[in-house]
Amino acid sequence: MDEISKVVRDYIIREYVQEGDDQEITETTALISSGLVDSFSMVSLLRFLEKKYAIHIPDAAATPEAFDTVERIVAVVRRFQKAEVGSV
Amino acid sequence: MSFSDTVRHCYQADIEGIKSTGLFKEERYIHSPQSSDIEVEFPIGSAIRKCINICSNNYLGLSSHPEVIAAAHAGLDARGYGMSSVRFICGTQDIHRELEKRLTDFLGTEDTLLFPSCMDANAGFFEACLSEQDVMIADRLVHASIVDGMRLCKAMQDTYKHSDMGHLEEKLQEHQDKRFRLVITDGVFSMDGDTAKLADIVALAEKYNAMMFVDDSHATGFIGKTGRGTHEHCNVFGKIDVTTTTLGKALGGASGGCVSGRRELVEMCRQRARPYLFSNAVAPVIVAGALKVLELISTKTERRDKLEWNARYWRGLLKAAGFDLKEGDTPIVPVMLYDAKLAQDFARDLFNEGVYAVGFFFPVVPKGQARIRTQLSAAHEKHHLDTAIEAFIKVGKKHGILGLGKRELIAKFAA
Repeated sequence: MDEISKVVRDYIIREYVQEGDDQEITETTALISSGLVDSFSMVSLLRFLEKKYAIHIPDAAATPEAFDTVERIVAVVRRFQKAEVGSV
Repeated sequence: MSFSDTVRHCYQADIEGIKSTGLFKEERYIHSPQSSDIEVEFPIGSAIRKCINICSNNYLGLSSHPEVIAAAHAGLDARGYGMSSVRFICGTQDIHRELEKRLTDFLGTEDTLLFPSCMDANAGFFEACLSEQDVMIADRLVHASIVDGMRLCKAMQDTYKHSDMGHLEEKLQEHQDKRFRLVITDGVFSMDGDTAKLADIVALAEKYNAMMFVDDSHATGFIGKTGRGTHEHCNVFGKIDVTTTTLGKALGGASGGCVSGRRELVEMCRQRARPYLFSNAVAPVIVAGALKVLELISTKTERRDKLEWNARYWRGLLKAAGFDLKEGDTPIVPVMLYDAKLAQDFARDLFNEGVYAVGFFFPVVPKGQARIRTQLSAAHEKHHLDTAIEAFIKVGKKHGILGLGKRELIAKFAA
């Protein structure tokens, strides 16, 4: 697991897993389609990623499908990191 | 564009999709007044059968109370059927303001504004009172109407893990740069039946200079020693800045809701809340009935006391029978089954045994948290509960779930 994956996974555990739940989070665990994270509470994840990686993720890219696993979230982060670099 | 075959087929496919995922909702026709004993036609077209109702929000048993019905009749005669107007044009009668004052006294707040429903109160409040400079921090299990209301508001949205005070404190610290912070919670959570930790939340709100918003729809009239609500139960009476609640549950169960709280916030709703501004006034007949309800419950606590006894007795019966329950001490007693199909089958079997209860599953509750939500009423007599538990035990035995805990239930039905 690389650095971004680890940061995202740790945040998801801290932010979304209820204390006492034995929910395991891997890079491919379904987050939104499984109901663990709903669209209502997804906002804080989006804000965390934007702040942590100094990127802007437009609403059109922050879909439930794109945010459904740690793996996919990392892909979104990388995509917009490149976009930020490209725009300099 | 006309409603062409292409359009029709598209909607038909959507409806089939809802059916195929097991989420299609069907109404059951009730041929009697709302009560503990009801007459139900289900499936539609089948013979009417008598059932014990254990899933209504008729907590105080006032939905069909003779004095409430008589007061509603009198209100109909004295003030007419409808207002044909929103409140601020020509839709406010003296009794609307009287009911608002009575609710203010009952809830221990500064002022109250009626809405067509609590759904509308929640849809209107946030946008009317907060702006881009502010933040709303909500418990993740708040009612859907609060989620919708927050989405209509330009203030920043955030959430905290259900009843997790450490997480809430982190969020309050994170948002100290905002103009206003508003902590948002249900008083009693409708699906789990647990009570918000209002004393802790108020302490955090005071520490971090935040306002407090509580939707007490599943508490007003019966939670707390005199039924004032969760704020009374948690000894924070007078410390909640905004309470929204409903007339559609314990307080007669017809319709209508309100925003009640700090005078200026209520005034902002009167000036800006769109569901208030653009909906008809609550019908006079409902206002008259609600005034009688408040009169009945302001002077005596016997109904909420009976409800409390019923809830404790029912919880004890279910526990003794070996059902897995969500812990709590409110009249909402969820029987945990975890599996969606089991919840549906269980509800169907209960109905065949003469007990009307409903299975809840994703997306109404989180995945893997399917349940039968039972709700007690002061209209239940002991014999209702003794009969209902026999049905629960019979159906529980049929599915082989009595005595099984969460892990065993999940393992049994995952196979």
